[in-house]
Amino acid sequence: MNTSAKPVWTPTEMMTIVAARALKSSDVCFVGIGAPSAACNLARLTHAPDITLIYESGTIATKPNVLPLSIGDGELCETALSTVSVPEMFRYWLQGGRITVGFLGGAQIDRFANLNTTFVGGTYAKPKVRLPGGGGAPEIATSCHEVFIIMAQGKRSFVDKLDFVTSLGHGDGKGSRERLGVTTKGPTRVITDLCLMEPDPGTKELTVVAMHPGVTRDQVVDSTGWDLKFAARLADATPPTPLELSVLRDLHARTRAAIEAQQQKGGEA
Amino acid sequence: MAKFLPLSAGVEEVVRDSDKVAFEGFTHLIPYAAGHETVRQSRKDLTLVRMTPDLLYDQLIGMGAARKIVFSWGGNPGVGSLHRFRDAYEHGWPQPLEIEEHSHAAMANAYEAGAAGLPFAVLRGYRGAELPRVNPTIKSVTCPYTGEVLATVPAMQLDSAVIHAQKADRAGNVMLDGIIGVQKEAVLAAKRSLVTVEEIVDDLGPRSLNACVLPHWTITAISLVPGGAHPSYAQGLYKRDNAFYEVWDEIARDRDGFKAWMDANVLQKGPEAFAIHARKSSTGRVA
Repeated sequence: MNTSAKPVWTPTEMMTIVAARALKSSDVCFVGIGAPSAACNLARLTHAPDITLIYESGTIATKPNVLPLSIGDGELCETALSTVSVPEMFRYWLQGGRITVGFLGGAQIDRFANLNTTFVGGTYAKPKVRLPGGGGAPEIATSCHEVFIIMAQGKRSFVDKLDFVTSLGHGDGKGSRERLGVTTKGPTRVITDLCLMEPDPGTKELTVVAMHPGVTRDQVVDSTGWDLKFAARLADATPPTPLELSVLRDLHARTRAAIEAQQQKGGEA
Repeated sequence: MAKFLPLSAGVEEVVRDSDKVAFEGFTHLIPYAAGHETVRQSRKDLTLVRMTPDLLYDQLIGMGAARKIVFSWGGNPGVGSLHRFRDAYEHGWPQPLEIEEHSHAAMANAYEAGAAGLPFAVLRGYRGAELPRVNPTIKSVTCPYTGEVLATVPAMQLDSAVIHAQKADRAGNVMLDGIIGVQKEAVLAAKRSLVTVEEIVDDLGPRSLNACVLPHWTITAISLVPGGAHPSYAQGLYKRDNAFYEVWDEIARDRDGFKAWMDANVLQKGPEAFAIHARKSSTGRVA
């Protein structure tokens, strides 16, 4: 290895890698498109080869060679152990309590890890920006044993008050989930491009427990819309390993190559 | 008993003005050709139902076919917003659009209840979520056995359902393969149904003993439209045109660009325009 070369990675790569590290081979994971999909497949291709990945389109134990653009690309079905109908997916597998980890993201998150993917600004009836909506999230948030949230950090997304609560995190603090009859853990980790947060065991308020290599406390504070708490002792930040980076980059490169190959084929038709 | 009809006659028979209609497909087997024919026939005041309204509903809404949309995730998967949907909802163009919004779990359950002939669906859902505040159709029921309070939504009862499938046999039995979404439930929850197919065969051929087959007597009309799911896909035949989903973001961004595209690619064309995509099938078979 070239010792003069400083290891270089992007904040998004770091976020994806930290998320992947949180997954185990024994996990049964409900995967969303985008960053969660990259993280889950990175885990599968590195330290968690036996992880079960489930996409809400009905594909169970899928092993895509390239990352899907949509939740129901043919690649997911072709490499799955089995494909079930969408009602079966939501009733037996999600509501039935078979999923250990649900991965969510959103346009907005608050200090108790509640999420908004419905609208930003204005009102529900007259939104400034209408977003796609909840999809599977409202029940993923309450039916999976625990939830990991992955999203890029900024003042517009990490907000003091959500415009709309699309899916439940820890409500307004400790005891909220229990009062609503929810028995699952909810969000146990929020992974951003700057740091890792976990709910404080006493209050359930998100607390920074580790910062990614090279990130300063000011950067994290300036990217948060509330008075963010930090753990008394922050965990050591482990930079991406060469293996993690190369597997992730290969995955993205294969995905790009597949899209380009398809575009060329389309052009010939 | 399913009738074999050309697409124009199939849409005319099954999809009527003011219908509550689902053009279903969870990413896979989306009935684009049938949706385009519906635009050409200038259907009005439709209540469009679909878990994942994507480009096809963007097109129907932008062309003024819809009065209302019932949905659980309205976006361009992996790309972003549906610009025509947003323009209609946020600015009332080309006409105001009413929305009824659910979660995926609730809609999947509602379809199942519709197929089962029940009045409502029950699920452990919406806990701590704000949708029940803005959608009055979401209610609750107390379990008579355990006392647990569970969410309810009305069963999905449709005037018409439109789906796309890989094949039908000559008797009109239809087989779907791959990601089957809620298509079976949608057909069984509807008074009338139209299925567009890639091919019509003498026999459905070798298949799993548990293959997803809709018997001919559950279907109103079948139309042969090879490639009719493009830019969605047909498992085993042609792939999802992910590049088109990305390009749509640009096409739909402004009203004039959208109208020009719809004029050139939908209004001035017919279902035969889809055949070019079927020719990309891995087996080379086109009916």
